[in-house]
Amino acid sequence: MYAFDLVRPATLADAVAAMAHDEAQALGGGQTLIPSLKARLASPATLVSLTGIAEMVGVCRGDDGAVCIGGATTHAQVARDVAAHYPALAKLALGIGDPAVRNRGTIGGSVANNDPAACYPSAVLASGATIVTNTRHIAADDYFQGMFTTALEPGEIITEVRFPVPMQAAYIKFEQPASRFALTGVFVARYADGVRVAVTGAAEQGVFRWSDAEAALSAQFAASAIAGMAPDADGMITDLHGTAAYRAHLVGVLTRRAVEAA
Amino acid sequence: MPKDHGIGASIKRREDVRFLTGTGNYTDDINIRGQAHVYFLRSDVAHGRLNKVDTTAASAMPGVIRIFTGADFAGVGGLPCGWQVTDRFGVAMKEPGHPVLAQGKVRHVGDPIAAIVAETLEQARDAAEAIGLDIEELPAVVDMKAAIKDGSALVHDEIGSNLCYDWGFVEDNKAAVDAAIKGAAHVTTLELVNNRLIANPMEPRVAVGDYHRATDESTLYTTSQNPHVIRLLMGAFVLGIPEHKLRVVSPDVGGGFGTKIFHYAEEAFCTFAARKLNRPVKWTSSRSEAFMSDAHGRDHVTKIELALDADHNFVAIRTETYANMGAYLSTFAPSVPTWLHGTLMAGNYKTPHIYVNVKAVFTNTVPVDAYRGAGRPEATYQLERVIDKAARELGVDPIALRRQNFVREFPYQTPVAVVYDTGNYDATMDKLIEMADMAGFPARRAASEAKGRLRGLGVNCYIEACGIAPSNLVGQLGARAGLYESATVRVNATGGIVVMTGSHSHGQGHETAFPQVIAEMLGVDESLVEIVHGDTARGPMGMGTYGSRSLAVGGSAMVRAAEKVLNKAKKIAAHLMEASDQDIEIKDGRFHVAGTDKSVAWGDITLAAYVPHNYPLEDLEPGLEETAFYDPSNFTYPAGAYACEVELDPDTGRVTIERFAAADDFGNIINPMIVSGQVHGGIAQGIGQALLEGAVYDDNGQLLTGSYMDYAMPRATDVPFYSVDHSCVTPCTHNPLGVKGCGEAGAIGSPPAVINAVLDAMNSGGIKIDHIDMPVSPARVWAAIQTAKA
Repeated sequence: MYAFDLVRPATLADAVAAMAHDEAQALGGGQTLIPSLKARLASPATLVSLTGIAEMVGVCRGDDGAVCIGGATTHAQVARDVAAHYPALAKLALGIGDPAVRNRGTIGGSVANNDPAACYPSAVLASGATIVTNTRHIAADDYFQGMFTTALEPGEIITEVRFPVPMQAAYIKFEQPASRFALTGVFVARYADGVRVAVTGAAEQGVFRWSDAEAALSAQFAASAIAGMAPDADGMITDLHGTAAYRAHLVGVLTRRAVEAA
Repeated sequence: MPKDHGIGASIKRREDVRFLTGTGNYTDDINIRGQAHVYFLRSDVAHGRLNKVDTTAASAMPGVIRIFTGADFAGVGGLPCGWQVTDRFGVAMKEPGHPVLAQGKVRHVGDPIAAIVAETLEQARDAAEAIGLDIEELPAVVDMKAAIKDGSALVHDEIGSNLCYDWGFVEDNKAAVDAAIKGAAHVTTLELVNNRLIANPMEPRVAVGDYHRATDESTLYTTSQNPHVIRLLMGAFVLGIPEHKLRVVSPDVGGGFGTKIFHYAEEAFCTFAARKLNRPVKWTSSRSEAFMSDAHGRDHVTKIELALDADHNFVAIRTETYANMGAYLSTFAPSVPTWLHGTLMAGNYKTPHIYVNVKAVFTNTVPVDAYRGAGRPEATYQLERVIDKAARELGVDPIALRRQNFVREFPYQTPVAVVYDTGNYDATMDKLIEMADMAGFPARRAASEAKGRLRGLGVNCYIEACGIAPSNLVGQLGARAGLYESATVRVNATGGIVVMTGSHSHGQGHETAFPQVIAEMLGVDESLVEIVHGDTARGPMGMGTYGSRSLAVGGSAMVRAAEKVLNKAKKIAAHLMEASDQDIEIKDGRFHVAGTDKSVAWGDITLAAYVPHNYPLEDLEPGLEETAFYDPSNFTYPAGAYACEVELDPDTGRVTIERFAAADDFGNIINPMIVSGQVHGGIAQGIGQALLEGAVYDDNGQLLTGSYMDYAMPRATDVPFYSVDHSCVTPCTHNPLGVKGCGEAGAIGSPPAVINAVLDAMNSGGIKIDHIDMPVSPARVWAAIQTAKA
């Protein structure tokens, strides 16, 4: 890796100030960024570590009942502390990577990176969560803007993600054999006002909502309501590990399984 | 009651104390005062003309000591190939040069172009980015069949073709084989791919070169399975350093699987640069470099035909294989698809007529060479797959078809040169049927089907030729080296024993198993015995570890040396007790005069040998140290039967291994626990090949599976709890321990069982399909289901 300065602020205010440096880069758990640095694919002048900021770590319930997770909270802590509040989300966190990844990687880092095969974006989008930053609140539907692309402005830091808790939910991940990322993953969440279905790993645009399934499941929350359905293969990823047609097919299968598991 | 020491005892591995507590001494742990670091600038194109390498700016960068390019190796030899195959027409294979650093052309992604030596690795990497490269990209040669058609780009312009050799085995039998196939009642034909693999030992390769100007001695520390072979190849053929001025040390090595047999450019470079710069030079491969510079394995495309008579007796086998050599000939590459593959095509069966054709092809990919099993998995896979296909076509039980054709009389002369000395294939099949609970399979299939899954059972046999090998035979087959092994047994004055063996241990457990043999022979406790290996300065010339040869060949050398020690010890004991050495016997760890109560302890004898005050100096030399070299008279032929049970999810295509049973005949067993562990690891790699692993290049010669993000290695959750057995024993008839070797069996025997099981599952669910290529990824299974439905 190239040489860089490391700043480890203890408060959000200091972190925001540090991010004003030229070529500053926020560092969460580093599960994507550090390998990129080691491969010399990135050359930030300053890394601003967010994991030492106490106000950005932990889980609580908001006045509206939402599960609020600090942006620098690790997957392992989410798996542990969210289990009683939002079991499907906790289970998703427990299925990310391996113990080493889960004890370093953070929800803010994952959501900011928006890897098209990451698990968290599907939960954020299916839950209609709110991304809270140091400057504003962003609705999930406005936040994800394509592969590795989000509504975040340069220097903007995810301080918290707020998840409305659904009546029923489940996440089913079908793992890519090598990376164990989602070859396709589907998060289904049922709320009083309808069902949301978010798909990760499958589409070139990154995480997306499968609206046909949402409509059918909102009318009847049963796997049979979407029997034989699959989204259009156009826009799905074709790579070494599966064709667009295979991924589209998997979305249908996994959505039905998620409904059954919810 | 199981034995607690000596031959046959499951003693826990003594080396694991250091391996499991982080106190091993690996090559990367070796840091020499004053050492510099080298970074290799590697080609990122598969094929190109190297017009210019401009190091001017880079050479001036901080910390840079010197930058070497191909031009610096003008007077230095290339990396040699250790095996010469002669083709169907009696002509020697094409053997293009393999420079240490690229000269004139780059030929695969990862081909080293320049070596930057600097004070730190990061400085070397910084300088690498400042090197100016002018590479004129050429069309990449990737597909083997296209590579040998007219008009293909040439990997090596000077040889005029991409064909390394076109080998026929046995060429004189071809006409008889063709006739037998023409007249056969039934011929089953199968085309398949044996997928390219990347070995991925846990420890990447490392090399540290050192040089002492005052004595003109070079030392190379390297992650090798055979340091003496590296000393010979590098010293004699590359750098011109005589062996007495060159020491090669391979300390703890974290897995080899074949890929650390070969002599690599980085080893030669570090040794060369240390002399040039009069400084130690160190290289540690990154994992990314390992993917594009460690020799790959397998990569065969094969068509096999099996002919049967009306009674289902095998009458002939004919194969045509394209074998990928990659861009250069790695050390033993030419032998893998020929002598380690063609000679095994008879398998466990009586087939009177066999003809094997292999076309070895150069491509713009990483060199391909031996990987656990080396040629024998490729032979086993095609044979056991085509037999299963024949059984399905004929509507007969695949086990019965195999049994009907088993070899039952030994020694058995195959039509492919080798002679099986012993075996009992019915015994391992009987054992397998019991272990795999085949009687319970229908109930398990019904249970799977009840939850919407398909279940399949796959069975195969295997035989391998290992304990390689007789030097006189391999010499006739093209080997440019002997394949004996050596051992020195050194007994110290106070009774401790050090065995210096040419076999290298990099996970095999020699440090535990070899003392068990000595303990059994000399009547001493294992704790008195230490095994030394991996250092050319400490032991006699040895040929190293591969081909499941350590115990069969290296262990035999140790036995021969220990026999000499024992004979001498008996003479000393006889002198001390004023008896005849013919009357000395070992009992309870003491040397007795038979039929009397007179005895001496081991320590009395060893002390007398080194303090010869009361000693037959007129008849015996003092001291107690003996060396032996052992060259076997034949290969050994481990064999067995494997069964795999899979469950398949037709909605996703995912295959899971539910049960796996392995019944092996390894001859006599020294340490059953270690043998089981070897089989477990081998099966894991076989399951990896069958379900997960596969190196993939695109049409431009870019390696798409260049990291663990895309190259799938088997993990604990991918493998079941194995049922393994090695109680069916037909001892090898020609080595002193009656052992056959167990290191490669699991990797050889398991892939066809997995694929046969997958196909059984699919066909049981009405998905009519003849074959599916490895790795059977979920996407590939699902696509096959869609094709079969259509």
